[in-house]
Amino acid sequence: MSKSTRQAFGESLAKLGEEKREIVVLDADLSKSTKSEIFAKKFPDRFYEMGIAEANMIGTAAGLAFAGKLPFLCSFGCFLTGRYDTIRLSVAYSGANVRLIGTHAGVGIGDDGHSQMGLEDLTLMRALPTMGVFQPMDARETEEVMKYLVHEWKGPAYLRLTRQNLPNLYPEGAKFQPLKLMAIRDHGSKASISCIASGATTAEAVAASDALSKKGILMNVWNAHSVKPFDDAKAVEIARASKLFFTIEDHSVIGGLGSAVAEAISGAGVATKLHRLGVQDVFGESGDGPDLYEKHGLSAAKIAAWVQEHA
Amino acid sequence: MPNSSPRFDFDLLTKLCTRFRVDIIEMLTEAKSGHPGGSLSAIDLLTVLWFARMRGVTSAKALEASRDRFVLSKGHGVPALYAILAEKGFIERSELMTLRKIGSRLQGHPDRMRMPIVEASTGSLGQGLSVAQGLALGIQADKSPAHVYCMLGDGEIQEGQVWEAAMSAPKFKLSNLCAILDANNGQIDGPVSQVMPLDPLKEKWESFGWNVIEIDGHDLKAIDSAYTKFADHAAKGPGKPTFIIARTVKGKGVSFMENKIEWHGVVPKKDEAEKAIAEIRK
Repeated sequence: MSKSTRQAFGESLAKLGEEKREIVVLDADLSKSTKSEIFAKKFPDRFYEMGIAEANMIGTAAGLAFAGKLPFLCSFGCFLTGRYDTIRLSVAYSGANVRLIGTHAGVGIGDDGHSQMGLEDLTLMRALPTMGVFQPMDARETEEVMKYLVHEWKGPAYLRLTRQNLPNLYPEGAKFQPLKLMAIRDHGSKASISCIASGATTAEAVAASDALSKKGILMNVWNAHSVKPFDDAKAVEIARASKLFFTIEDHSVIGGLGSAVAEAISGAGVATKLHRLGVQDVFGESGDGPDLYEKHGLSAAKIAAWVQEHA
Repeated sequence: MPNSSPRFDFDLLTKLCTRFRVDIIEMLTEAKSGHPGGSLSAIDLLTVLWFARMRGVTSAKALEASRDRFVLSKGHGVPALYAILAEKGFIERSELMTLRKIGSRLQGHPDRMRMPIVEASTGSLGQGLSVAQGLALGIQADKSPAHVYCMLGDGEIQEGQVWEAAMSAPKFKLSNLCAILDANNGQIDGPVSQVMPLDPLKEKWESFGWNVIEIDGHDLKAIDSAYTKFADHAAKGPGKPTFIIARTVKGKGVSFMENKIEWHGVVPKKDEAEKAIAEIRK
């Protein structure tokens, strides 16, 4: 079974809408793509179609939050960050309890090309004080993060989701630990190679780890569902225990997951070098998602080859 | 609740407007920076709104959930709002002199987290009407009779987001929403009519589906009458949002500031302030 995290989000939102009556949803003419349409069909009175006008949607959501609602506003990540000033002032600085849902993360969306790809959304959202920044790796984790965002998180939050399907990775029976890094492939201290991934690239890193195991190369894979607040202490611990240490993300290497890890370890006096794999300060382009993953070094095969080269 | 304002007392409101104008000059002189022109143009509109119209904002204690809301989208006019909030008891009068100073709640532009009664943090122009619309939507969904007011500057409505909100508020039939345009025809680079003309202003908002009322923004009775028209309109149920075009004079009340764009973001020196206050009190 594989599912996109946007689909898991849409299903989860419709479910949570039953138990949390304060939830209202706004979309800017992309409800079929963001999957907010599932909620819209179930709760038409609590869904606001805002048309192709994202800034107004963001400000309206802030006002709804001030009136006691819990608004989820949805669009492609890059279209939300395009209205950054409104997020900065009307949402973050105003202390609006708003959930910003940015789908179509990264080059993984494929064909539509750069203009539709969220490639610097983590950077921009992370820079806003009080803003939580979340990126689940699969459907199950999306549900867990959604429950956390509805019932526990206070203040503004950004949730970054994929267009493409992702395999199930969430370990059977594992308890969700909010804001903590989770081991998805754990060879313990036998492995001197460690990778921290988030979102779609966690699956690639896991596949790379499994392929490498067959060659006798052991690599631990950690997943970050929260890019901010970040589990700094664990990242430092992982870095200290590793000889080869890297991050991998379908996002610019400037300001995203890699930067979060760099910031975490920079003050801790860790001797291990950090390699930041991801979209290397270049624009995206049209093409098949998997081909673009090859091109940008994000695929399991490319990750495994990179590890073998550096191990 | 009656929509007419039985408490409307022309003499009292006039006195309040005079006092608030003095407060504005004193605050800005003490702060050594800020925006006198747009504060003085807005104060008559705000005084009638807060003292003859808004409901549920009379207490300095916990905010009433059912209160009418006011969003100052033209955030640089906030000294006018602080003067009113001091009179209402939301802030101490002595606090007015802390405007723009470190540690003060009286930020240079409205800050909701430091002062919840301002309802929204503003100051980057063009955003407040969307927030006010969200408040109005939430209030409408909860079937509350509360009204939402939002003041914009005329230069401000050059921002594209304003026109997104202009489109959407009529769609949602937000008759509980009243936008007030402080049309003082002044912005930093010159007269609004030259920097980026807005005319035909009334027709634009009417064509977007708003209930448009045009008044002299310094005639207290005309202002009260416009708010009453809005309240009567809102009482009829969901329908057009209201847009009040208030023709005002930038720097109103101080002859050497009136219609002088130089006074948009420059504050008076001590002797100028004394001269201004003497004139206001005349």
